[in-house]
Amino acid sequence: MSEAGGIAVVGARALRKEYGRDAGLVRAVDGVDLDVAAGETLAVMGPSGCGKSTLLHLLGGLDRPTSGELWLAGQRIDQLGERALARLRREAVGFVFQAFHLMDELTAAENVELPALLAGVPPRKARRRATGLLEQVGLADRAGFLPSALSGGQRQRVAVARALANEPLVVLADEPTGNLDSEATLDVLRLFDSLHTAGQTLVIVTHDARIAATADRLISMRDGAFIDQTLLTGGSAGNLGSLAGLEG
Amino acid sequence: MGRVLLSRTVLVGRLAGRDLRYRPAQAAALLLVIAAATATLTLGLALHGVTSQPYQRTRAATNGPDVVAYLPVMHRPGHGSSPPAQAAAALTQAAGVTGHSGPYPLVGAVLRARGAAAPAQAEGRSQAPAPVDQPKLTAGRWVRPGGVVIERTFAGALGVGVGDRITLNGRPFTVAGIAVTAASPPYPNLCYTSGGGCHASPPDQGQHSVATSIGLIWITAPEAGRLATAADPVTSYVLNLKLSDPARAGAFARRYDAATPGRHPFGPVSVTAWPGIAAADGLLVQDEQSVLSPGAWLACLLAVASVAVLAGGRMAERTRRVGLLKAVGSTPGLVAAVLLAENLILALAAAAAGLLAGWLAAPLITNPGAGLVGSPGAPSLTLPAAGLVVAVALAVALAATFVPAVRAARTSTVSALADAARPPRRRARLIALSARLPVPLLLGLRLTARRPRRAVLTAASVAITATGVVAVLTFHATAGQKAFGGSGGLANPVYDRDEQMLAVLTIVLVTLAVLNVIVTAWATVLDARHSAALARALGATPQQVSAGVSAAQVLPALPGALLGIPLGIGLFAAASGAGTRVLAIPPAWWLAAAVLGTLAAVAGLAAIPARIGGRRPAAAILQSELA
Repeated sequence: MSEAGGIAVVGARALRKEYGRDAGLVRAVDGVDLDVAAGETLAVMGPSGCGKSTLLHLLGGLDRPTSGELWLAGQRIDQLGERALARLRREAVGFVFQAFHLMDELTAAENVELPALLAGVPPRKARRRATGLLEQVGLADRAGFLPSALSGGQRQRVAVARALANEPLVVLADEPTGNLDSEATLDVLRLFDSLHTAGQTLVIVTHDARIAATADRLISMRDGAFIDQTLLTGGSAGNLGSLAGLEG
Repeated sequence: MGRVLLSRTVLVGRLAGRDLRYRPAQAAALLLVIAAATATLTLGLALHGVTSQPYQRTRAATNGPDVVAYLPVMHRPGHGSSPPAQAAAALTQAAGVTGHSGPYPLVGAVLRARGAAAPAQAEGRSQAPAPVDQPKLTAGRWVRPGGVVIERTFAGALGVGVGDRITLNGRPFTVAGIAVTAASPPYPNLCYTSGGGCHASPPDQGQHSVATSIGLIWITAPEAGRLATAADPVTSYVLNLKLSDPARAGAFARRYDAATPGRHPFGPVSVTAWPGIAAADGLLVQDEQSVLSPGAWLACLLAVASVAVLAGGRMAERTRRVGLLKAVGSTPGLVAAVLLAENLILALAAAAAGLLAGWLAAPLITNPGAGLVGSPGAPSLTLPAAGLVVAVALAVALAATFVPAVRAARTSTVSALADAARPPRRRARLIALSARLPVPLLLGLRLTARRPRRAVLTAASVAITATGVVAVLTFHATAGQKAFGGSGGLANPVYDRDEQMLAVLTIVLVTLAVLNVIVTAWATVLDARHSAALARALGATPQQVSAGVSAAQVLPALPGALLGIPLGIGLFAAASGAGTRVLAIPPAWWLAAAVLGTLAAVAGLAAIPARIGGRRPAAAILQSELA
């Protein structure tokens, strides 16, 4: 169970990730316990190098923990093989990266449909779904554009659409507005807010207080460990939404 | 001005040398590739003139003739056959003739020994030594009643030695001796110069016909007469002449040879000068050259493809270095000079290594054959030949690195300092097509489409290798023919040596091709590490990504392998000389096995760098893109 009271989609127990050894030992994640409920938006904030991105990579199976337990959709994943983790990333997890990480030679639609193709979805169905997702993020008229022809905010919206391609259980976003100007940041903020409203489970690593303000729960992190946790819903959503500039 | 030039030269040398030391593995790969090609070329050049010394030694040892004349047969009822006396006398008494032996009768016969049958030309000789052309015994004794002497290469092909029993046209004889001669080319090239003297009945037919691959034996003159039958009569008489001026042998031969236009008072006399016989002696080695020379050029082409991929990869890693050089004031020319200097230094070192390796390996292949005495001595590697090898090495390096060097020199300083990767090409149709394919092929086709030039290089290198392999298969298919002109069950020294040459060439080509596949796959892995990491983040398994990298090599390799089939058959036909051999197309299953084997090898080799590249966690690669 999560602290928000729902069934946990993502969970971690005594999670650790270490690099190096002896005098060079670095604890990027140091004994983290975490539960994220279905439909919850969790924001993780902290200074650079505190382990936020490493935590996200561990939750999404992109990296393996040194010790501890990881749970996703009720299944323990920290001991899964690469193939099983890959299937998990196809079916249960969507990633949004700070640097967008779109394929330069693929159009917006081709980028969005890529996870579906990797999951074996027939090409026409994958393309239909991609078109629908681009419409959802407000880029239906940019489906045939290459990333180089898109603004930063548009690229990140394409990345969000891609993350949703296989209807994942959870979307993991690593500094989604880190490379964006303020106007593009607002666009992405609105998008995440709409996903939250639609019941998508989100874990967002961010420096940006405005992004954090859209979350249900905010966790502060330092030196690989959680140091504080704040519930943001239950009376404060409307005020915080206006503080984030999301009115209208 | 001179000081500026000197300081820039020192700078270029220092930068080039430091960079070579900083990336020794790449430098070693470049060195190996160019050295393999130049070593093969050196071997080909070393074959020039390899038989000239042995032939001269054989001429000296046997008092070989300056001119050999084949006289027609005069048949007189009741008196058997004899040479035309007038023609023989005219030749032996011609101006410039200082000595002669013969005329000796030549009789075609079927020789059977050790279960094999072969056409032979029996030359009837006196038991006493001849003043001109006394074959030099390398084993046993000279002819005697019941005892024959066999030419050494022919004896080797038959597998017979002194004391062995043979039959000639059904009559039993003993091998009395083995000998060499300078009066005619060794087996199987006896008929190359003998004009009308080469006639023999096929072992399995009773008909009189022109044959090739005939061997020479010496027999006593009376026994040669008794050997002649209605089916195999005396075909001609051979007359060996010594001249006062051997240098005029060619003119003498042309004057009396029936093939020369004009009056020939003595009838169809075929006359050959000693240079023609020496050239025929060189056929064995000439055949090797016809195999080795095109093979060496194939190796050079393959080296160009390999160096292009290696050099391209090296250039891509130096983009930021180029920006730094420009930022501190280097001209584009100096930047290009630094980049070119590294590869040219390697090319020079590789040329030296290739020359040395080829020169050391040359004695293994420059055996002039059993038909001549002595060895060719140290392989003849002249200064022009060495210069050619060095020039080829430099040309290979220059051809492969010139374009990347110029491109790097033209890159803007800001772009170079940002070290932005060269954006991949977009192929919309291939991307759309790939969406219908299984994941490994989807990834592979998209990887191939990103770098079309690299795909072309891969296809070219596979085509070159497949050309060599198919040429070898065509050789074996042709050698396996059972035509009377073939080996007829005997070991054929020409084919044996060609087979050795082809084995050497195949090893060189395959080694270069293996290196090329691994290098190209590694370049693909490095170039596509971001895409591969992203694919893994989006749900592709490491096995699918690895298979995708392999597929990216196999896809362009397929047309290359298929193209190698007609090219290989054509290369063999061109190298073996049209009309001198019957060409046999290899069986379809041989060709299919060659193509499939090539593709399997490419896929397997490409998997090595793919697996190595896949070990780094995807998250680390994606994070490093942010740095």
